[in-house]
Amino acid sequence: MITFIQGVLLTLLAAITIAIVRQRNLFGVVILAGIYSFLIASVMMVLDAVDVAMTEASVGAGISTVVLLAALHLTGSREYPPAHAALLPLFVSAVTAGALIWGTAELPKFGVSHAPIHQNTAPKYIEDAAQHKMPPNMVTGVLADYRGYDTLGETTVIFTGGIGVMLIMRGRRRKSKGSDAKSKSRERSA
Amino acid sequence: MFIVATVAVLIALVLAVSRAILGPSVFDRVLAGNSVGTLAILLLAVLGFLTGRPEWLDIALTYCLLNIIGTLAVLKYFRYGDLAYDDEKEQP
Repeated sequence: MITFIQGVLLTLLAAITIAIVRQRNLFGVVILAGIYSFLIASVMMVLDAVDVAMTEASVGAGISTVVLLAALHLTGSREYPPAHAALLPLFVSAVTAGALIWGTAELPKFGVSHAPIHQNTAPKYIEDAAQHKMPPNMVTGVLADYRGYDTLGETTVIFTGGIGVMLIMRGRRRKSKGSDAKSKSRERSA
Repeated sequence: MFIVATVAVLIALVLAVSRAILGPSVFDRVLAGNSVGTLAILLLAVLGFLTGRPEWLDIALTYCLLNIIGTLAVLKYFRYGDLAYDDEKEQP
């Protein structure tokens, strides 16, 4: 049953991708890209990766749609046909896709327990978590303690990104509205 | 029973996606995109029951909220042609 659902969803994904490439109206492209995100999120869900699916749905279908629509206001919604045939990009894409598919042939089968990723450190984490006085939740122990530096790095990246977005938004508003609107917004916040 | 529901949702998904691809107008695509979002939520809920994990319903609720944000952005773009449009600014 799961294989059947997966097959239907992946077929729809391929159809949507071809439609995105052939579509000349950029507004339609944004809508189709949102549909693509919802479908790929469903595929992730069927594969049991609910957290990845959640991220894909919020970033791909939610925020990307909003940001792309805001960009459409600046660019206009018509894409002009290319002046020449895109043979070289097609060739590069085909070669890259071939290399990637060739690379997956060596990978272990999906979900098998004797894959290399389950052999090295994971059993050690599970055995030693109690001895090392880790937090009672093993996942928390791995994320916050065994891989503490990794998590710290990720958090720093997200923090920096957030600060960057806040700085850009603040500077933009001050320039476009002027001092009158600024005092008005100050009243509203007070 | 859940299998029948899943198949029905998948058929509806195929119909909605084909409408989004065929067009012909942008409004068809917007409606089809909205239905695909709703059907993805339904598929998530049914899949949870199919695999014996009804806890997925919480995630389905979060998806509903995301769907509303996207639809609101699209509608505001239709109405004003600009997402940063300020209603108070136009009044004298």
